[in-house]
Amino acid sequence: MQITNELVSYVANLSRIKLDENEISEMQSQMSEIVNYMDILNQLDTENIEPLSHIFNITNVMRDDEVRDSYEREEILKNAPAHTEEAFIVPKTVD
Amino acid sequence: MDIFSMTALETGKAIKDGKITAVEATKQVLDSAESKNDKINAYITICREKALAQAEEVQKKIESGELTSPLAGVPIAIKDNICTKGIKTTCASRILGDFTPVYNATVMEKLNNAGMITVGKLNMDEFAMGSTSETSYYGAVHNPWDLNKVTGGSSGGSASSVAGKMSLVTLGSDTGGSIRQPASYCGVTGFKPTYGTVSRFGLIAYASSLDQIGPIGKDASDCASIMDIISGKDSMDGTSLDIDYPEYLSSLTGDVKGIKIGIPKEWYNNKGLDSEVAEKTRKVAEVLEKAGAVVEEISLPFAEYAIPAYYIIATAEASSNLSRFDGVKYGFRAENYSSLVDMYNATRSEGFGKEVKKRILLGTFVLSSGYYDAYYRKALKVKAVIKKNFDEIFSEYDLILCPTAPTTAPEIGKSLSNPLAMYLSDVFTVSANIAGLPGISMPCGFDKNGMPIGVQLMGQALADTKVLNTAYAYQQMTDYHKQEVK
Repeated sequence: MQITNELVSYVANLSRIKLDENEISEMQSQMSEIVNYMDILNQLDTENIEPLSHIFNITNVMRDDEVRDSYEREEILKNAPAHTEEAFIVPKTVD
Repeated sequence: MDIFSMTALETGKAIKDGKITAVEATKQVLDSAESKNDKINAYITICREKALAQAEEVQKKIESGELTSPLAGVPIAIKDNICTKGIKTTCASRILGDFTPVYNATVMEKLNNAGMITVGKLNMDEFAMGSTSETSYYGAVHNPWDLNKVTGGSSGGSASSVAGKMSLVTLGSDTGGSIRQPASYCGVTGFKPTYGTVSRFGLIAYASSLDQIGPIGKDASDCASIMDIISGKDSMDGTSLDIDYPEYLSSLTGDVKGIKIGIPKEWYNNKGLDSEVAEKTRKVAEVLEKAGAVVEEISLPFAEYAIPAYYIIATAEASSNLSRFDGVKYGFRAENYSSLVDMYNATRSEGFGKEVKKRILLGTFVLSSGYYDAYYRKALKVKAVIKKNFDEIFSEYDLILCPTAPTTAPEIGKSLSNPLAMYLSDVFTVSANIAGLPGISMPCGFDKNGMPIGVQLMGQALADTKVLNTAYAYQQMTDYHKQEVK
């Protein structure tokens, strides 16, 4: 698998990460090496094998729908880089 | 009374017996941590006032008989990816530099209820991504055995603080070896429990299907006593196992007669395996054989596929988990941006370090349209193959014995320039995470430069007490775990 600079830029954009030209070429070379190494998995025939997500059987977990205390809004907002007394502040999203 | 000459359990007993108070024990740990942190950089945050206030309260409850845990009053330090209410939790990242959780991780509630004293938050690789504890935004952690060497990672602070007498016992987290490998490099004992036995609620996620919290301490008994406190079903973690949990500490009998241990031959033929590490690992087998264990060579032909499968699964999950860091709800936000999307871009570019960005990109790549089947889906199939391979081994054998890491600790500054080589150093540890197995690393000797060597025991899922007990038996017969930094 060939990792090109264009592919690095493409996934960087999908990831919401901005890279300058130097960073793109550094990522390109390191990602190429790692992805080439990942390609050794192709040596293994997995044609008739089902993918395994969870080691243990996962069952749907249900609980009673009861009212519980939530965290204090004021406390939660303290962690936000920009906020009013009751909401997060973000740049304008709709013109 | 010097608590650093004792284990956590011995300290707990001394507190119960009135030979030392929880406050005095806490002061000793705080003083030592503060005086050595300039050199070792094991802690990101030391919380003296909070810890002393907690210790005073706990001491009263011990005296009144309200707190009876064997570790009541004993100080503990916590990896900085575990949420601590009211105490800054940074994940060693700039992006969470100002984050103070409004809630406790389940393990913190359990430690508090048992009367353990939180003294501080430990340095690590940023978002637990790394094998050297050099990717921290707050600087590399140094190995107490040789300050020019790395501690291993990602729980580097958790291991180095125990080795450096800056803590008695700690919590770390293990996604691909992040408890066991630093324990090995620092000459201490680190235990990764079966996936699902310790709640991940409040553990800042790296790769959710692989992450597991566990203890690092001086010996297997201390690790078992922490497991008694932190394990258990938790309704806040959907993958938490609903099983009858064992009594970990009281299951340590030291009896290993008839236990069947397999040594995977492929792993000893690993090109990167240092000859001293191989030799010391074989000596562990001899010690256990003398105690009545049966050791035989086995084959784990698919284990070499564990590393690529691991890095595909882990980075995929990381790219998803780390999408929540957007500069809105918590932590850092970049100063200069032109729009909402540009704010995300700038915040994440400035807030994440290089290794984290690389793993987000790799994870986004393996999940992206056109590559998903070839990489992510393939890795999940390989995971199934590896698990089946282990199931077959464990139908005949109780445990697998192998090195924890191929070498002893490398020098600081040598690993990050060659990421693939660093990833390959996880060769012996990642398969336990892929298959959800319990594993322990314990000291088994030193190399010619005096650096500690660790050996690993892995068991079948839920055979945690068998793993701990065999480590305990070994430590009854040897004193490598009692060696101290000169």
